[in-house]
Amino acid sequence: MKGRTFFVLLAALVGALAIGALFILLAKSDPIRAYKVMLTGPFSSSFGFTETLVRTTPLLLTGLGIIISFRCGVLNIGGEGQILIGAIASAGMALAMPTLPGVVLFPLVLLAGAVAGGLWGAIAGVLKARLNVNEILSTVMLNQIAAQLYLLLIRGILIDPQEVTYGTGVPQTALVPDAVWMTRLIPGSRLSTGFILAIVLAIAVYYLLMHTTIGYRLRAVGAGPQAARYAGINVPFYMALSMFLAGALAGLAGTVEVLGVHHRALEDISAGYGFSAIVAALFGRLHPIGIIPASMLFGALILGADMMQRAVSIPAAIVMVIQGFVILFVVASDVFIRRPELLGQWKSKWSRRSGEVS
Amino acid sequence: MTEGLEQGILIGMIATGIRLATPYLLAALGEMLSQRSGVFNLGLEGIMLMGAFAGFYITYVSQSPLLGLLAAIVTGGLMGLLMAFVSVTLQAEQGISGIGLSMLGWGLSGLFFRLYVDGIQSIAGLKAWKIPGLGDIPIVGPMLFNHHFIVYFAFLLVPFLWFVLFRTTWGLSVRAVGMTPQAVDTMGVSVSGLRYQCLILGGMLAGLAGATLTVANTHMFADNITAGRGFIAIALVYFGRWSPWGILAGSLLFSMADSFQLWVQVLGINFPYELAVMLPYIVTIIALMISFGRVWPPAALGKPYERGVRG
Repeated sequence: MKGRTFFVLLAALVGALAIGALFILLAKSDPIRAYKVMLTGPFSSSFGFTETLVRTTPLLLTGLGIIISFRCGVLNIGGEGQILIGAIASAGMALAMPTLPGVVLFPLVLLAGAVAGGLWGAIAGVLKARLNVNEILSTVMLNQIAAQLYLLLIRGILIDPQEVTYGTGVPQTALVPDAVWMTRLIPGSRLSTGFILAIVLAIAVYYLLMHTTIGYRLRAVGAGPQAARYAGINVPFYMALSMFLAGALAGLAGTVEVLGVHHRALEDISAGYGFSAIVAALFGRLHPIGIIPASMLFGALILGADMMQRAVSIPAAIVMVIQGFVILFVVASDVFIRRPELLGQWKSKWSRRSGEVS
Repeated sequence: MTEGLEQGILIGMIATGIRLATPYLLAALGEMLSQRSGVFNLGLEGIMLMGAFAGFYITYVSQSPLLGLLAAIVTGGLMGLLMAFVSVTLQAEQGISGIGLSMLGWGLSGLFFRLYVDGIQSIAGLKAWKIPGLGDIPIVGPMLFNHHFIVYFAFLLVPFLWFVLFRTTWGLSVRAVGMTPQAVDTMGVSVSGLRYQCLILGGMLAGLAGATLTVANTHMFADNITAGRGFIAIALVYFGRWSPWGILAGSLLFSMADSFQLWVQVLGINFPYELAVMLPYIVTIIALMISFGRVWPPAALGKPYERGVRG
């Protein structure tokens, strides 16, 4: 990473946090105290440390998918829906065959989550490739549909029979068989082998994108679909493929939430990871390795915001505001990375203007 | 007896459909202006949410729905200005900046709601205003002429914007700047200026659209109350082929499906709630699919303009 890129990213983050501080001031709270909790909380205990990585895992997995689709020129906002579909498919698969031994069931469950998420993502990919349907709009709609489908299933046929027996009716599935639970890396924490899976997949995606023909073609389609077509690349196929892979990775994120964190599918399982993953992917400059520290950063930020809400009662919604500004700053400052000469042009334009005035 | 009841239900369904069309119509007409000028404003959802909150909050504090609507329009205009600065002046990628603006509006409206209101609060809101004379016509009166005034405003905006776009110099410039900004620049008209104007106007309409949801339709605010309507409005611009009349047709088709879905629930017909809620989003995807082949967007849509660089 070049020095200027690093500086621009840092400036974007600091700028977003500074604007966030203004809103904390508006709420008649002390921004320094609030930010002290938010920025140091995640690193001040082993609980904070492991919980940061628990939040990093779905951001990283979903973000890797977003990188593949964005690099292929498909602006995929469907992470949230793909996570839910992956979560419900894996929970459903695990609950459908509870008697299978773990060595058979575990890969089956992972596969179910990945394939279901992948197919859900591929809908938007095929619609774009074949019918020129704008993928941003279709993925937003698919998110809403997935959310309702997920609720329908955990309130309906997949609801925990105990919830029905006791009449509590909490919308969640039964616990999945413990043969498929992901091993906890640190006893007493919620950090599981899912985190290692995410890191391994980050390296795999890096290899796929940068060192294979498929990856080259995916990036060629993103760089210029016309040119890619003249080069003989099957553009619609690679667009659909990018969305299948993106959906599969997000589906795995949902699967890890089920197998590694909650051991069941429950309401609000995703908590906006699908959107935060876009921020992490952009902040990692759409690089499969760059997103590892980026998703740790945003994992810590999300956890820190939760801690801040409890400590100084600033609503955790502020983290969404900060993320929104991060996107705007990163995408707006991109122009300075791509075309640094523009800054000089504006400077001379302004000095000319002020010269006219005086 | 049943005949009268059925007629009543039909009138109610159509009247609800017309009321529900208003936010789609306002937001989509605003988005049409932005896209006609060449900017793809994907932040519409965020702008609507900010408008929805501003309208709700100012009405809640001042007890005046009119003041609330005004606040929503100003807030929407400011959000449009932000989008213009990022996408026109800084030439940022428009799809991604729109995502950022949407997240910002979502986060800010949720944050402000928790900070300043918190909990379910209901406001007086706008009342229906029956047009004297017209409102008394049987059947048609209660369907068309017994609504709050934003409904009339939104529907009158359709012919008005058609006139402005296709019969005025300003409209000609807007259409030209979305097609061949170089030509407009050569004529000595400011490309950025026109795009700023369209984005700010579009933002004001989206802000009003958001406030229609809170101040006029539900009289309350909830987190993410727009639930994707901003994105649906963008889809309607495609479906309506960047024409005010096409957008009107799309909005009505859509809101009638929405109204049908609501009435099915009201009448207690046994149909899973979640499937009913899903319906509008499925209809949107189908609408986008059948727009295929007919879609012919403004040629410079989504491309930042730079003098001396061929688009």
